[in-house]
Amino acid sequence: MIPRMVHIASNTFREAVRDRVLYNLIAFALLLSGAAIFVGQISIEIERLVVINLGLTAVSLFGVVIAIFIGIGLVSKEIEKRTLYTVLSRPVRRWEFIVGKFLGLAGTLAVNTFFMAIGVFGALLYVSHKFSKPDALILVALYFIVLEFLIICSLALLFSSFSSPLLSAVFAFLLFVIGSFSDDLRGFATLTHGITRWFATAAAYLVPNFSALNVISAVAHQQPMGSHLILQNTLYALFYTAMALSGAVLIFERRNLK
Amino acid sequence: MAAIEILGLEKTYMVGFWRKRPKRALQPLHLTVEEGEIFGFLGPNGAGKTTTLKMLMGLVFPTAGTARILGHEWTDPEIKAQIGFLPEQPYFYDYLTAHELLDYYGQLSGVPAKDRNRRVEEVLRRVGLTDIRGLQLRKFSKGMLQRAGIAQAILHNPKLVFFDEPMSGLDPLGRREVRDLMEQLKQEGKTVFFSTHILSDAEALCDRVAIIHKGELRGVGAVEDLTSTVQGKVEVIWQGTQIPASMKLLGAECHVTGDTVRAVLPENQQDAAIDALRRERIRLIAITPLRTSLEAYFVEKLQQSPTTAGKTWGTAV
Repeated sequence: MIPRMVHIASNTFREAVRDRVLYNLIAFALLLSGAAIFVGQISIEIERLVVINLGLTAVSLFGVVIAIFIGIGLVSKEIEKRTLYTVLSRPVRRWEFIVGKFLGLAGTLAVNTFFMAIGVFGALLYVSHKFSKPDALILVALYFIVLEFLIICSLALLFSSFSSPLLSAVFAFLLFVIGSFSDDLRGFATLTHGITRWFATAAAYLVPNFSALNVISAVAHQQPMGSHLILQNTLYALFYTAMALSGAVLIFERRNLK
Repeated sequence: MAAIEILGLEKTYMVGFWRKRPKRALQPLHLTVEEGEIFGFLGPNGAGKTTTLKMLMGLVFPTAGTARILGHEWTDPEIKAQIGFLPEQPYFYDYLTAHELLDYYGQLSGVPAKDRNRRVEEVLRRVGLTDIRGLQLRKFSKGMLQRAGIAQAILHNPKLVFFDEPMSGLDPLGRREVRDLMEQLKQEGKTVFFSTHILSDAEALCDRVAIIHKGELRGVGAVEDLTSTVQGKVEVIWQGTQIPASMKLLGAECHVTGDTVRAVLPENQQDAAIDALRRERIRLIAITPLRTSLEAYFVEKLQQSPTTAGKTWGTAV
């Protein structure tokens, strides 16, 4: 069971690498080096803040785009190209296939994030000439970004299990945008009354809370972060991912592969 | 033990966007395939062959019915370790090489790591892909993909192999090689179930065939029995170009080819025809009962109404 999922995951990773997905790292490196040199020349005293903000935001956006565009094709492409037939005609359960695909994409994004993180620290070293203790908080922000990727991957996979790639991309992207403003949605819910309040509150809890996972600004401003936040975000992301993956499995288990 | 027992599998799809209506792709199907035989599943395009195979593979869920494969419930995932499947017009991960693809499928089928490389090399050699094992599949021709498909189906040494249109996309030599491979699989004691609409392949290979049309089984039988059915006519061949006048009176249809004459006439006129040839001192070469080809049976079954087909052509066992 576990070996089969690992094999599917490693094949998904291999596909991403051979499809030149990691080439985005080159664009990222160019963007960050250019920004670091540019910021180093025009900013006074806030180079560090700008580089952290820019670098981590780029890590997040690059990853989200990859997660959505690979995630939406993970299942639908296999059905469309009929590559799934020769996988599911082996002793592979449908849920193993879904979880394996998810792990493969999550692994791809983790490797991608690792290399981009090196880029962020490199740019930071270039503008600051040294690391300081609060820079360790960048690791926390990166960890939260990876948690964000897990949620997006699982959502893309969920949509991919029943919808076309285009619609899946639209759904996943909309959820990412709405989720990024989930704090505002919660605030809005408290200001409304009656059925609107009920709907707004339900929507606020249903969409992924990416606001809580976004600590880029806090890290750039060297604000301390408690371990309870790390634990809380970890549990939230794992729960949300598990729910979305379960939904994907439930739908996929019943799907006829015509 | 039967290799495959299909017990009333049926499939109805709901079609239409606004007003859904049922469309029956497969009527309740009852079919048994014995171990060690090559079984042909024949039918025109859209007859329900691929739907049946997909249901047996767990890719499509039946509306009703059940099946047993190698004595186990067909839904048991572990039984699939003993099954090989070649889908129609197979397409594979095109970023992989043939060797990588087979290695991956070997992993999924549970082929032990120590045996995997040897098995992969063995099947690559068997399907004639050894020289291009390092080439990415995106550079493969249709025929080469078909070979890779056959390789992945037999990689894990399955007891039962399902081939959906295995000759599709192959040139005459390739088709011959696949036929030989299927014969070899039979000699190795494996059961081969293959769907096709190429009747000459079925006639040359199969122990038994089933004919399906419009989602309905029209009949099952041993190829030998079907093709040995005499149509009540005989074929008489003699030396020369002379056609005795009495032959025409016997109702013979005569054709001169080179220095022989071939006549087809009613079986009850056979003795009279021989006498006529003796009288004219013509050298008789052969007299054979006229046998029905599988193609003739196939066309007949397709043209018959389902009820008539069922009455005239045996049971589904």
